[in-house]
Order: sequence, then structure tokens, then C-alpha cells
Amino acid sequence: MTSSKSNTLSRSRNDLVLVWSLRGCAALVGAIVVLIVVFLVMESLPALQHIGLARFFTDASWHPAEGLYNLAPMLWGTLFALAGSVLIATPLGILSAMFCHYYAPPRVARYYRRLIELLAGIPSVVYGFWGLVVLVPLIGSLHPPGTSLLAGIAILTIMILPTIALMADASFANVPPHYLRGAHALGLSRWGMIRGVVFPAAKSGLLTGVILATGRAIGETMAVLMVCGNVVQTPANLFEPMRTLTANIALEMAYALGDHRAALFVSGLVLMALIVVLVMAAERVSQEHVYG
Amino acid sequence: MAEIWRTSAPKQALRSAKHRVRGDWLPTLLVWGAVLLVTAVFVWIVGDIVRHGSGLISWEFLIDAPRNAGRAGGIAPILVSTLLILGVCMAVAVPLAIGTALLLAEFTSVENIFGRLVRRSLDVLAGTPSIVFGLFGLAFFSKTLGLGFSILSGGLTLACMVLPILIRSTEEGLRAVPHDYRLSAAALGLSRTTTIINLLLPAAVPGLVVGLVLGIGRALAETAALIFTSGYVDRMPESLMDSGRALSIHIFDLSMNVAGGDANAYASALVLLVLLIVINGAAVWITEHWRHRKIIPL
Repeated sequence: MTSSKSNTLSRSRNDLVLVWSLRGCAALVGAIVVLIVVFLVMESLPALQHIGLARFFTDASWHPAEGLYNLAPMLWGTLFALAGSVLIATPLGILSAMFCHYYAPPRVARYYRRLIELLAGIPSVVYGFWGLVVLVPLIGSLHPPGTSLLAGIAILTIMILPTIALMADASFANVPPHYLRGAHALGLSRWGMIRGVVFPAAKSGLLTGVILATGRAIGETMAVLMVCGNVVQTPANLFEPMRTLTANIALEMAYALGDHRAALFVSGLVLMALIVVLVMAAERVSQEHVYG
Repeated sequence: MAEIWRTSAPKQALRSAKHRVRGDWLPTLLVWGAVLLVTAVFVWIVGDIVRHGSGLISWEFLIDAPRNAGRAGGIAPILVSTLLILGVCMAVAVPLAIGTALLLAEFTSVENIFGRLVRRSLDVLAGTPSIVFGLFGLAFFSKTLGLGFSILSGGLTLACMVLPILIRSTEEGLRAVPHDYRLSAAALGLSRTTTIINLLLPAAVPGLVVGLVLGIGRALAETAALIFTSGYVDRMPESLMDSGRALSIHIFDLSMNVAGGDANAYASALVLLVLLIVINGAAVWITEHWRHRKIIPL
């Protein structure tokens, strides 16, 4: 048997070819992230050399034409929009998932889950457009000009809510059924069971959802750009227009040259660094891989 | 889990438990309030787009070229560009995704360093903001590789973006194939190549299709990654090296840069929304009806 040349029991040449081509695919895929970082660094090097990191925070303002590169207002804009939307979307998302699992009749739960999935699938440009033609005039009638931090927070909340809700939904589904039966046997009320048994058991999943949603809120560009007014300033209240880091890139990249262009790549690099930190945090929290 | 909760607890016991704790009404109220709010917002958004957009949708709108910067006319070249970008994206991403998923699911153990590195980079790739993909596409595909503002450059940028989704669902599809299949194939003395091509890949097709559908949805919705890669030109593209305007960019441009473009922006948004809802529905349908179907014994 083993003398046969085309022995199928040992590793054939075909198998080796296959394994190595698969490894090639995977290496190429894995290299994309490295390539992204390398190109961001390469393109932002001129700015880092000519301007230096400190000046991105200490310059008087953001006027690239005059050589002033203060990114701080945009950074604050991103942080405010992020904080507001995560604070509102987290309870709404978790309540939504609680509804699907413990409050709604099964049929209603299925429809509501479908609705959340659809909400997740609506493109950011459609949210932005709706915000621009419906939400902004509405806010404007309360407190002009309408394009504002508040509009940005509202749109971002709607956009990241499905992420939190779907992750919470999945982590509730992973709570072992005998925990729930035990809770019933102890005579816990519905809310008592959710607070005392479900939340602790699903904690890491809930947290992962919030971290992923944070990443989405940081990276969101078009919707925020369309509703926030894009004035470079640190917003003093909810009704003032502002500009985020991502919107800044999208708005100015088209005509940016030299150091200005490099400065925009620096803000891209900052975004990438934030995301890497968040992904690492999500992996640490969930103890498993979260892509997809 | 709702079903278990319901069947495992007798109704009466539940009701008495509900009475025992007085504070229970507040969470219930909050849950229903949140659900009503989310549903209302969804209906508001979709209703608004449908109400304002449906009047303009006609066969002519789909087959006409845009006129007067998009204020009048239709979206034919934009649909063609969108399709071409999607085509390039999937043609590049699907083979890479299948290869990587096969390696991760069939050839690497969980502890394998290379596998872990690839997974970690996929995690980061999945979280990378689309505008960063845009910057990368501009620097790498458009400038370094010299593709300029072109459909090719946009499609390649999107391919990088959808890879994590495709790989994830293909891998899940492969993992769903019962282990007996692999053992039987090995016992029959089939080579790994034969096992994969004739047994594992056909069995994993539903997973791949779900990934494909979700990836198309993600790519179709994308705007920020395309502004600096495939560009704004709204003429009918003649080759993959031409700049082409994707549907989402058309909506963006009409609403932000063209005064009086709102009507056509509504109509384009409705077209995009309908496409995405159909795609989403297809993914759900495949997951429910196809994925859990027993694989027919050979």
C-alpha cells in the first residue's frame, strides 16, 4: 500500500501548495492593517517634522493657510459628540435588548429585532440627510442655527444604538438558561432576575458592545459632517455648531497641500490609534475575537 | 431565551413574583418607553424618506443621466458606477476572504501565533473608521499605485473594508460543518485539497453567501471611504480607470453642495434604502432557511 507513488495518506504536493497559498492570502489580509498604519505615518511625517506634535494643541487656532494647526477644538468636538451619544444610546440599547428577551411576546420580539437590524443597515449618509432636512430645522426653530452639537449627538445616538442593542441581545442569549430557572425558583421578580442574574452574567458582552459603539461613534464621518455645522470651535453649549476630527479630514482633504495635507493625515493617525486602543480593550473585556 | 423564560415559569408564579416587588413597574415602563422611542424614530426616518422620495421614483429616474448638477434627470450613471465599484470590491475580497477563512478555520489551532496575528489585525480592520480607509486608499491605491480617482481605486479600498465581515461569516460557515465529515474524509484517504474543494466549501456556501450579502450592504452604504478614491464625476464610466460617483456620494453631494437638490436626494436615498432593505432581508432569509438546513449526506 505505502509503496504507491500517489499515496493519498501522506501529505501530497497539492496539499502543500494549498496550505501555502492559503497562508499567502492570510498574510496579505493581515498586512492590510500594517500597510494602513505605514501609509498614514509616511504621509503625516512632514507635519510631524515641520510642525511637531505639541503645536497641534498649542497653536492659536486651525488656520492651515496661515500655518496654524490647532486640532484641539476638533478633538473636543469628537469627544463631546461621542460622550453624549454613548451616554444616551447605552441605556436605550440595553433596554431594547431586555425587551426582546424578557418583556416582549416572542413574535413582537422578532419584529423588533428585525427593526434594530434594519436600523443598523441604514447608511450613514441617509441618517445625515434626514438629520439635515428634518432634525436641523427642528432644532433651529428652538435655538438657531440648528446645525449643532445636539444634532450630531442625536444622529450618532441613532447610529450606534443598534450596535449596543445587538451586542446586548447576543450576550443575553448566552446567559445559561439554568441561571434563569434558578432565579425563578428563588422567586425573584422579572427585574430582580435581570438585575441580579442576567446583568452580572452578561456584563462582558454588554461592555464589549459599548466599546464597539464608541469606536463607531469616533469614526463616523458623513452623518456628523452633514448636521454639525462644521465651524472650528470648541462648542460651549449643545446648540453651537462644531466640527469633528473625521469631518475635518473629509472637508479639507480635497484641496489640502503640503503640511496641511500632512496634518490631516496626522488626525487620521490619531483616529487609528484610538481605534486600536478600543479594539484591544474590547478583546480584553470579551476574551474573544470581535471582528465582523 | 424568551421562550424558556416563558415556558419554564408558570404564569401564576410569575404574577405573584411581580406583585412581590413594588419597584418592578419602573424598569418595565422604561423598557416600553425605550422601545416606543426607537420604533418612533425608525418610522419617522423611513417614513420621511419614503413620503418625499416615492413621488419622484420612476423608470425614467433610474435610466436617465443626471442633469443640472443632479437637480433634474436620473441616476443611471451613478447606479452603473456603484455596481462597478461593488463588482471590483467583491472580485478582490471574496477569494482573499475564502482563503483566509479556510486557513483560520481548518489549518490553524487557536494558539497558533500566525493565526492570532491575523485575527487581531482583522479585529482592528473591522473597527477602522471609513474615513481612515479613505485616507489609506488615497495614499496607497490612488497615489502610490497610480490609479488616481478611479472606480478601481474605490473598489479596492472597499475590499479592504469588507474583508473582516466576509472572513467572519465564511469561517463560521466552515466551523458549522460537522467534524465527522473531516474524519470520514481522512478515513477514506482523501487529501486535504480534495476534502476542502468537494466537501467543506460546498457545505460552507451559506455562510459565505451571508457574508457576501452583508459585505455588499456595508459597501453600498459607504461614503467617506469613496470621496477621495472613486471621486465625484457623475458621467457614465467608460472603464474601471474612470472616476465614478457612488449612490451614497450622490446623496451627499446633492444635499450638501447643490442648492435645490433635495428632491432628487430624497429619491436617491429611497433607492439606496430599498436596496439595503432587500439585501438585509436576503441575509436574514438565508440565515434562517438555508444555513440551518441539514447538509445532505453524500
